[in-house]
Amino acid sequence: MSLRIIKAGIFDTIQDTGRFGYRHLGINPTGAMDNLSAKLANALLGKRLEAALIEMHFPAPVILFQKPTIACLAGADFSAMVNNQEVPVHQPFFVAENSVLRFERLMHGARCYLSLFHDLQIDNWLQSASTHIKAEAGGWNGRRLKTEDVILFRPTRFTSNRGKKTNPLLSWKAAPLKINKHLDCIKGNEWAWLEAASQHSFKNSSFQISNLSDRMGYQLYGEQLRAGKDEQLVSSAVDFGTVQLLPNGQMIILMADHQTTGGYPRLAHITSTALSSLAQLNPNEAIQFRFIEVWEAEDNLLQQYNYLQQLQNACKLKIEKYLHASM
Amino acid sequence: MNSRFPYHIFPLGDSALTLDFGNKIDTGINDYVLTLFDVFKNKALYGVLDIVPAYSSLSFHYNVAVLRKTIGGDLTAFEIISRQIEKTIAEAGPATSRRKRNISIPVCYSGEFAPDIEFISFEKNISIEKIIQVHTERIYTVYMIGFLPGFAYMGEVNEAIVVPRKSEPRASVPAGSVGIAGKQTGIYPLQSPGGWQLLGRTPVKIFDKQKRDPVLLQPGDQVQFYSISEDEFKNY
Repeated sequence: MSLRIIKAGIFDTIQDTGRFGYRHLGINPTGAMDNLSAKLANALLGKRLEAALIEMHFPAPVILFQKPTIACLAGADFSAMVNNQEVPVHQPFFVAENSVLRFERLMHGARCYLSLFHDLQIDNWLQSASTHIKAEAGGWNGRRLKTEDVILFRPTRFTSNRGKKTNPLLSWKAAPLKINKHLDCIKGNEWAWLEAASQHSFKNSSFQISNLSDRMGYQLYGEQLRAGKDEQLVSSAVDFGTVQLLPNGQMIILMADHQTTGGYPRLAHITSTALSSLAQLNPNEAIQFRFIEVWEAEDNLLQQYNYLQQLQNACKLKIEKYLHASM
Repeated sequence: MNSRFPYHIFPLGDSALTLDFGNKIDTGINDYVLTLFDVFKNKALYGVLDIVPAYSSLSFHYNVAVLRKTIGGDLTAFEIISRQIEKTIAEAGPATSRRKRNISIPVCYSGEFAPDIEFISFEKNISIEKIIQVHTERIYTVYMIGFLPGFAYMGEVNEAIVVPRKSEPRASVPAGSVGIAGKQTGIYPLQSPGGWQLLGRTPVKIFDKQKRDPVLLQPGDQVQFYSISEDEFKNY
């Protein structure tokens, strides 16, 4: 008994940062939609960046903590409360035994990540805890979390005599989520298939995220784009962030649960760092594309990696100090 | 270059690239792609997370931060992996051959398991017995796996049974369904929506999450079907 889902959210799953090495078998990596926020939640607790955690959408779950722990939320702000006390995102907080975590309203963003000091007792499937919904494997029995599910913590050295009355917040935090609706992207191999007027539209118009948007992909709505040639694309690999041109002239951006291969023209690929912004946008929000070079996109990724590593190292020491002080 | 076929390498976003041999379905090119897939798997290039063969391309997904930090220098991860690919292709030479696994798959081609076999018979003016004979006598290559965990695209089927996809896909196709779409044949590993023409079903589990190797087929496998009765299917 460690945490119990008192009331399930609309779609909560166990995710880590992905299941690699099996794409050639059609098993796509899945994993957190907002990779940055997932890693941030872990980093703020001094945990391994790839550790499994819970990805929540809004309405989010009501969770009972049967054992004390330290938690951290990152990504979207769903107005979290622990025992009727507000807790912010991006700042770790102590959770006393028999505390209830609930989320009051959607303030900002689309996916919120909950990481815990304790590792979750989840059996890996193919070396990862990410949930593969289609295969019904990985994560919590291959499915979303339901009411009455009980998730155990792995035993770890953790003693604390802090009770419910003390201020739960720990003393460090990270800057809030910055969502950029201008999405950096790399040109796709079939970019040249687009007619000049359509290329202009792609670069200069805004496109709306339609209601047909979920973990598999975001269908966009906007000016119809046209390919100059009648060629059919032979199936080949795609990735999280690939922007495909559909036969009806609209586009779809492949997201975390995307298929490994596809046969629609690849106009562009959203960069890894820009995907974190995209994952935090809801239907009816509008986006625009901005082309950058591969080297710039890589530099952004590297910068993010360095930031997270440094944060994780610093927080690991801080958490140890905190636990030592509370004994 | 020293490659069997001309190629070009392009980015697939910032964390992957594709080694591409052109936009075509060609068994010679696919065989070379599958050969290189074997070569690169054995090479285990540092920083590479996934290698994905397709009809006429081979894609590499890699960890940018790890490559940039350990190999360093002025090169992007894209350049680092591209150069290693070029070097490996040159070393491998055009004549490298690959290992091939042979797999036999039982299929029941009758009753509820073959909802479109009559359509194929009528459309192509060929008897059902002949359809079964023609489908089972060829050995098919798994060109690639995609769309679903374990969905193997195999080919080429005999011209006598080439039929296009259904104009309206089914909302739900049972797991194990064997279908044809154009020159390809395939098996649905999971229940899923699907537009292929279904001529049979296999009792074999193509995808089994409990197994250490959850997918029965791999790119490059040589697959042959054989016909079984409905009784044999039920008792498999």
